Amino acid sequence: MALTADYAVQGCQMLLTLLLAPLLTGFVRTIKARLLRRRGPTPLQPYRDLLKLLRKEVVLADSASWLFRVAPYLIFAAIWVGAALVPTFASGLPFSWTADLIAIVALLGTARFFLALAGLDVGTSFGGIGASREMMIASLAEPAMLMMVFTLSLLAGTTELSAVARFMLNADVGLRVSLALALLALVMVAIAENARIPVDNPATHLELTMVHEAMVLEYSGRHLALIELAAALKLLLYLSLTACIFVPWGMATAGAGPVDYLGGVVAYLAKLATGGLLLALFETSIAKMRVFRVGEFLGAALMLGLLGTLLLFVSRSL
Amino acid sequence: MPLSLLLGLAMALLTVDLHAIAASRRKGCSHRVYGVSLTICIILLGTALAHLLGDRTPATLTLPLGLPWLGAHFRLDALSAFFLIVVNLGGAVASLFALGYGQHEQAPERVLPFYPAFLAGMNLVLLADDAFTFLFAWEFMSLSSWALVMAHHREPANARAGYLYLVMACFGTLALLLAFGLLAGPDGGYDFAAIRAAQVTPGAAALALALALAGAGSKAGLVPLHVWLPLAHPAAPSHVSALMSGVMTKVAVYGFIRIAFDLLGEPAWWWGGLVLALGGITAVLGVLYALMQHDLKRLLAYHTVENIGIIFIGLGLALAFQTNHMYANAALALTAALFHILNHSLFKSLLFLGTGAVLTATGERDMERLGGLIHPMPWTALAFLIGAAAISALPPLNGFVSEWLTFQAILASPELPQWPLKFLVPAVGALLALSAALAATCFVKAFGITFLGRPRSPAAAGARETDRYSLVALFVLAALCLLAGILPGLVVDGLSPVVSMLNGSTRLTAQSSQPWLTLVPVVDVKSTYNGLLVLLFMAISGTVAALLIHRFASAAARRGPAWDCGFPEASPATQYTAGSFAQPIRRVFGSVVFQARERVFMPPPGDARPARLEVELPDPVWDRGYAPIAAAVVALSTRFNAFQYLTIRRYLSLVFGALVVLLLGMVLWR
Repeated sequence: MALTADYAVQGCQMLLTLLLAPLLTGFVRTIKARLLRRRGPTPLQPYRDLLKLLRKEVVLADSASWLFRVAPYLIFAAIWVGAALVPTFASGLPFSWTADLIAIVALLGTARFFLALAGLDVGTSFGGIGASREMMIASLAEPAMLMMVFTLSLLAGTTELSAVARFMLNADVGLRVSLALALLALVMVAIAENARIPVDNPATHLELTMVHEAMVLEYSGRHLALIELAAALKLLLYLSLTACIFVPWGMATAGAGPVDYLGGVVAYLAKLATGGLLLALFETSIAKMRVFRVGEFLGAALMLGLLGTLLLFVSRSL
Repeated sequence: MPLSLLLGLAMALLTVDLHAIAASRRKGCSHRVYGVSLTICIILLGTALAHLLGDRTPATLTLPLGLPWLGAHFRLDALSAFFLIVVNLGGAVASLFALGYGQHEQAPERVLPFYPAFLAGMNLVLLADDAFTFLFAWEFMSLSSWALVMAHHREPANARAGYLYLVMACFGTLALLLAFGLLAGPDGGYDFAAIRAAQVTPGAAALALALALAGAGSKAGLVPLHVWLPLAHPAAPSHVSALMSGVMTKVAVYGFIRIAFDLLGEPAWWWGGLVLALGGITAVLGVLYALMQHDLKRLLAYHTVENIGIIFIGLGLALAFQTNHMYANAALALTAALFHILNHSLFKSLLFLGTGAVLTATGERDMERLGGLIHPMPWTALAFLIGAAAISALPPLNGFVSEWLTFQAILASPELPQWPLKFLVPAVGALLALSAALAATCFVKAFGITFLGRPRSPAAAGARETDRYSLVALFVLAALCLLAGILPGLVVDGLSPVVSMLNGSTRLTAQSSQPWLTLVPVVDVKSTYNGLLVLLFMAISGTVAALLIHRFASAAARRGPAWDCGFPEASPATQYTAGSFAQPIRRVFGSVVFQARERVFMPPPGDARPARLEVELPDPVWDRGYAPIAAAVVALSTRFNAFQYLTIRRYLSLVFGALVVLLLGMVLWR
């Protein structure tokens, strides 16, 4: 009975991430609009967009192959599985041991691999420019992310996210230099990976400045809906990850009662709202950088991660 | 008696050889040679598998061959059984592929006689149990593969590649010869049992390790000894390239493991550090070189260099842990390295065979002239895609599992007491992470430019799907990549006898007792991974999403011209090319690592010439390392050239002078 309840909670988490993701994207957009003194759309707008796109027919380019049609489902599945494996409102759920943090990073890599291939599939110059730049960004962001993972797992002695969250809840962790470096690296990677300002602009349709949008330019209808949903899920995933690692307070543990779970959900929603607010504030207060400056930006993230790891190799107390 | 069966089969390969020499020009010979090689490889594979999973008692055999006072010793233990599996799996699949591919061979008489000999040579290296037999088989393997590299010797590039390969192979064997000489001691106990029993001084052991690293590393492609590899591997016919890159480099790794873990005694701490540092540098440089290539086969060959680096990172970690008697962690690192050896042989063979199929269909291996092959060759494209995803370490395929295990081994290393290692290991971890991410970029480029987009040349537009034999071979490998990825627990259990043999009988806990066959390298609170569940979750969520959307939302699709922001350009030349895809990476890394320079030549207004972009990409290893040595050799030989045209009087006086100097030297030394 307890086992079934645990599986039910796991299922709830999967559905919760899926349902919340467009709301988070809409929320960030609304806040950004308000900060720019615009009224902006309601936070529910992404749901409407998705529904509209899902109902439309797909227009495929003549040169598109089967890979172009399969890729959206693959990308969506990989990112959703990744997002569902990050503890959101409760830790220690039944499938949390399926993949550790390294595997979640790699799952995002799988999604990115197929997205870049889909960008190259039609054989247009914009698809190519997007794919090429996305892979350049990723080839610096992924190692930076892994160094962040190294720092965490050296500290917590594990790469399991639930165990990391439990470790961070422990009072004697305290403030540490390596954790601060890891947080900074994670935020920088998250900005780059989610195609936010200053690395990329999610709102732009000025051709030469875009990376992510250029890759998905040929997509339409239900395929585009899935890709948009996957992008929203990825943003949610990174925010949940940051919340789970650095502010794990309020998270319920597996096997707790429904009241605890409800408390966990409320805490999770509050964390997401704070994260979204901060992201919108950051994005409105900074300008986009040239694409070849991204190398320096992410190189700094990589160095921060490496520094954090090195500090821990030198001494466990830093 | 599995060992005599194995030897007999290796000999049978040589008989196939004799047949091939006699009849290579006749019709049907190609089918016979590859068919028999396939059968023999499958039997060898089965025997080795039975030994590894069965009783595993080492079998030895001495034949009255070779040096008269030594004889030829052969031995089958867990380590050689594992590598026999790798070699013969690759050999069987390459032979199967060649049943179709070999039909297109222009000069079968230059390939068929050497192919079974090459397979036999690799098998004999793994079975050898004394230094003489080992080196003999090693040279046999080198020379037969050299002959295969020179199969199309009329192309000047191939002749140069063959020459460089020969020079480097000689260097490698020389280093191994000296290493065995040091190990055997002045009494010349050349069989491995005597070497194991002998006590060598620490200095001699260190020198032997360095020599083994140079000898095996030059064959495997460790930076800076890798220069021949990206030239020689692509020059051979594709099924041989697959064997050289996927399998022969593993035989070289076997040579290193045999010497470093089995024959040499207790390791010193800096051995592990040296191997680790070399592995890390090799991994990153290999993938950066690969990213800059336009030639598909050369890209794959450079990528082999990267994977060899990853394998050596695992081996270096294992050595470092063994020095400090941390055998549980050493078991983890060794398992990671051995797993990656198996994985790399699977996906690299798959990718080279896929390239072979592309080469047959189009006659091109330059990516800038390919493109859009997914339309005429959907099955080859699917198999190549699986291989590309596997080599990019994407879950749920096999490449990810071995890199994950390597990462876990790195995470166990803060317990190492030596300070240099404490600083080195995280840096190598960063290099490994960087190379994994760059590998994904590299294979987006390789697959995307070759198979996706629109055809860039008439040859690519007129391609046809490859033959059945080749497709079966490709999909056997693709299926194995997937299986090893989703059931890694079984592979790790299969590797455990090898690990315990090399690691003072310590190995990882049995994975088959874990629920769902989850991979739990240390303890389950530290790290777990389950590829099967990841695959299931992805398959279910993707399929359910597709079904729901098609059922309830919309299933309509329409074809139209590409959108491309409203400016679709008909010419396929407007697509991204391999060079332009790699340009951001070249900007970020190339200027530091290669001193890459880009020059834009823009004609003045009114000038009708096209604008040009010139990229200069020097190779620092060649320019700084090899070019000075080559220049010195040439200068010396020009100097000595004068001695070639002397009169007999002068030669006699030279001989006399040399004799006097030597006698004087003897007198002084005494």
